[in-house]
Amino acid sequence: MDYSQFLYMSEELSLLAVIVIIFLADLFLCGKDEKGIACTTEGGECPACGCNFRTVFPVVLMLIHTVLNLLPCCGECCMGTAAFGGMYVHTPMMTIVKSVLNIGVIVVFLMASQWLNRPENRIKMGEFHSVVLFTLLGMYFMISSGHFIMFFIGLELASIPMTALVAYDKKQYESAEAGAKFILLALFSSALLLYGISLIYGVTGTLYLDEIGARLDVNLLSVLGLVLFISGMGFKISLVPFHLWTADTYQGAPTVVTGYLSVISKGSAAFVLMTVLMKVFGSAAFEGLWSVGFFWIIIVSITIANLFAIRQKNLKRFMAFSAISQAGYLILGIMGGTAQGMTSLVFYLFVYMAANLGAFAVLNVVEQNSGKIGMDDYDGLYQTNPKLAFLMTLCLFSLAGIPPFAGFFSKFFVFMAAFNAGYHLLVFIALVNTVISLYYYLLIVKAMYIKQSETPIPTFKSDCGTRAALTICIIGVVLLGIASVVYNYIDCFSYGLI
Amino acid sequence: MEYTLLILLLPFFSFLVLGICGKWLSHKTAGLIGTCVLGVVAILSYATAYEYFTMPRMVDGAFETLTPYNFTWLPFFNENLHFDMGIMLDPISVMMLIVISTVSLMVHIYSFGYMHGERGFQRYYAYLSLFTMSMLGLVVATNIFQMYMFWELVGVSSYLLIGFYYQSPAAIAASKKAFIVTRFADMFFLIGILIYGYYCGSFGFDFDAAGFAAGGFMLPTALTLMFVGGAGKSAMFPLHIWLPDAMEGPTPVSALIHAATMVVAGVFQVARLFPLWIEYAPNTLSIVAWVGAFTAFYAAAVACAQSDIKRVLAFSTISQIAFMMVALGVCTEITTGHEHHGSLGYMASMFHLFTHAMFKALLFLGAGCIIHAVHSNEMSAMGGLRKYMPITHITFLIACLAISGIPPFSGFFSKDEILTACFAYSPFMGWIMTAIAAMTAFYMFRLYYGIFWGTENKELHAHHTPHEAPLTMTIPLIFLALVTCVAGFIPFGHFVSADTMAYDIHLDWGVAGTSIVIAVVAIALATYIYKGERQPVAEAVAEKLQNLHRWAYKRFYMDEVYQYVTHRIIFAHISKPIAWFDRHVVDGFFNFLAWGSNALAYQIRGLQSGAVQKYAYVFFIGILVLLAILVAAI
Repeated sequence: MDYSQFLYMSEELSLLAVIVIIFLADLFLCGKDEKGIACTTEGGECPACGCNFRTVFPVVLMLIHTVLNLLPCCGECCMGTAAFGGMYVHTPMMTIVKSVLNIGVIVVFLMASQWLNRPENRIKMGEFHSVVLFTLLGMYFMISSGHFIMFFIGLELASIPMTALVAYDKKQYESAEAGAKFILLALFSSALLLYGISLIYGVTGTLYLDEIGARLDVNLLSVLGLVLFISGMGFKISLVPFHLWTADTYQGAPTVVTGYLSVISKGSAAFVLMTVLMKVFGSAAFEGLWSVGFFWIIIVSITIANLFAIRQKNLKRFMAFSAISQAGYLILGIMGGTAQGMTSLVFYLFVYMAANLGAFAVLNVVEQNSGKIGMDDYDGLYQTNPKLAFLMTLCLFSLAGIPPFAGFFSKFFVFMAAFNAGYHLLVFIALVNTVISLYYYLLIVKAMYIKQSETPIPTFKSDCGTRAALTICIIGVVLLGIASVVYNYIDCFSYGLI
Repeated sequence: MEYTLLILLLPFFSFLVLGICGKWLSHKTAGLIGTCVLGVVAILSYATAYEYFTMPRMVDGAFETLTPYNFTWLPFFNENLHFDMGIMLDPISVMMLIVISTVSLMVHIYSFGYMHGERGFQRYYAYLSLFTMSMLGLVVATNIFQMYMFWELVGVSSYLLIGFYYQSPAAIAASKKAFIVTRFADMFFLIGILIYGYYCGSFGFDFDAAGFAAGGFMLPTALTLMFVGGAGKSAMFPLHIWLPDAMEGPTPVSALIHAATMVVAGVFQVARLFPLWIEYAPNTLSIVAWVGAFTAFYAAAVACAQSDIKRVLAFSTISQIAFMMVALGVCTEITTGHEHHGSLGYMASMFHLFTHAMFKALLFLGAGCIIHAVHSNEMSAMGGLRKYMPITHITFLIACLAISGIPPFSGFFSKDEILTACFAYSPFMGWIMTAIAAMTAFYMFRLYYGIFWGTENKELHAHHTPHEAPLTMTIPLIFLALVTCVAGFIPFGHFVSADTMAYDIHLDWGVAGTSIVIAVVAIALATYIYKGERQPVAEAVAEKLQNLHRWAYKRFYMDEVYQYVTHRIIFAHISKPIAWFDRHVVDGFFNFLAWGSNALAYQIRGLQSGAVQKYAYVFFIGILVLLAILVAAI
């Protein structure tokens, strides 16, 4: 065996190293106090907010990891490589997606620091970091897989530890319930997905994605395989009608984990959905089929999610439905399967990550400091915490797609891609839904700025981690759209169907 | 010439710093930051101009068009169609860089004295920086869309500065009026751009002939629509109504935006697209000429009867910009040379733009000094000020002589070229414009005598003696006056001409002599009527032509016409029924939709029951439905 092939997997190996270091460091950094129970910290604490070495260390490691593997060169090395007989494939576009996920994880780590420093969470702080990174590793493998089994293992690695994260506050009833619902439905969808893969294997006799693409032709079995594959990925991306777990899980999970679920887990799955569809179901006959399927899935996802979002009073549930509708827009990039669609999808993912994590950072810091998460609790937030209210507004504007924020440009590109692919009606329906989404996003803005409250959330000072996370997000929200270099950079790597 | 990027970035950063940190800065620091930045910008602009114009010409004798920067800002997944941002240097944009940075620097310095102690001093300087940045971006745009973006930014900063005294209702009304009228015109500009982009497949200024062949007759349409936008910005009749009201803003702002730079954006736009006009829409170009000629006449007539000095200057600005438009409109060819009179207008227009910017800024800044001294805009509060304000008096006189077209001041040379171009187009046009030039001399000297001679308003001056303005205000006056004295001798044709070839200006003494004689006669008439302590002739004339005077004073009731058209016709007969339709039918539909989606959301809430078995069930049904859809589509 040629061990130099491992060099192709430098991103996965480097992430694995980060995980191991964090895992080990957690053992030694975590001292015991006199009673021998609680986990105290070695090293100093930041006097302003109490974030300490244990929360900063993983962030630093992830930063190093991101910088080392970031950004492929634009030019001749755009060709992909394959290793281990085609089990593992790698293209520059994948590196970009992984870098985007890395940045998202860094933001999540940053905003989690205050929550992790709570007495009940201190002892299991290390678990949080390593489990998050394990799911990330799963996503890496899922993205880079060239074989269906590899893909499935990555998928499972990305979803089973996720359950542990969702049920992280295991002593709280809701968190445990959310975890149970998540694992049950995840297993259900995994089983169906696996069944779909087995059908495809039965039809073609291979599980290598490239080979299947060449051998597969349209018949009832392969279409069933396609439908089961779409449903499995639809579960991860939370597309209607495979979305029902979303609201309950998002609500029950700790807010930080909800942010992670809604962006990173979803984003990686959307990208993988596109690449696998291209490789396996890329033929013209299949493209016509899944286009019809996604045509309806997108319409239903965006519309139903919007209808539900209008009535939500709990902001985490609200964000769950907003995330479903955003997923619908994200999938618009797949329609047509063009290179332009892929660029738009990745760009949308990047922008959505900035805006959504920004919103979750605000939700999280408010929840940590006041314990409130309802829409009514945000009445008059502007009076007491004007900066937070302002940042939240920027993020919501970006989510709603108001220029000049990045969300406008990302929506524009996705619409443009679908429009150029010929889906005019779909783009029109998506546009109409954008107006509806504007309504419910503005509900929060209205609560914060216009409504008055007898008992507003008291003024508080947010911690350094949240500040750093919000800074990154706001830079993304403001600059990603205007700085056209980002889009053009992504564009030079996307390959699409051709 | 990569440093040209700084010309745009520096004012932008100054805007950000002053806008964001303004409240922590003292007035002096804020003003100094703004002024120093502008000083650097001016130096860079001069360096650019020097480097550009000393650059060796191309083989055929034309100046090369440089684009130090140009990148795709917004792609449309189409090879030709994309929005670019960049910097393009060619003779007219470099010339505009000089005009804008010079006048802006002067206004920055002047405002130190004029705005001294005002509330919102920092905000004022922030807006000035924003405006300067936008205007510079407009002139160096590499494509029509970038031009449009900066065009709108210029409009916004103009809006902000007109409404600077946001506690005065008149200022707010004026700023709204300016914004709405120019936006209304810009709508046509945008439509023109879209048509242009659609048919030509490009937004760039590097006019690719192949694309236009397909455009056919749509190109003249697009150009005309763009001209409407330009007419709005440049206050051409009948879209001029915002400019006189815009005088509610601080006077230095009027000097910068509403006299020297922003209002000539329309002229600049036509000049920028000039190769297209000449090549594809020569007949439509005459529309530009006649609109300009009428505006010039109308504004000159109104200016003769106004009593507010800033209004007089505003109408004179409209009239002078119309001169530039006429000069562009009378062009019939693009090749320059002594036997090619058809392209003279282009050079004349740009030349007049240059000289006019200087002397009109001088006039406005001078008016600012006067207003500063007597605390009124009305001519009745003035009179006899020459004793009190010698520097203002002399510089104002120089500017008046320049605008009247008396040699050796700059206005004479540029206006003479315009008149020559008009005579070459048609003698009729030539005589009209000569007559308007005479009116210009008349009303400017009416203004001059009204301010500095005539009856002194003793009772007003009794408790407050007017005094000369501080040094920060008089230095810009002196500088601009010097420029006005020498600018006429610039061999302008060597720098700017229709096809950028070098070209010697030579005076046509027949035209020049006529215009000098007529100007002198007009000035003599004004002297006879207005110089004295009492003005029996003026009163007698006003008495005799009572109606005409009232009409002119009321600006021929154009504002009332607009009021009538908008309120009585559009609002009452078009908007009201639409509003009814909107309120009952459209709103009703949306209320129904909202009610429906709410009700539907209520109905389907059972889907989200919380029971995980049911979730799996829906999941499964979903798969079946999807399968059914796909199988049906096979």
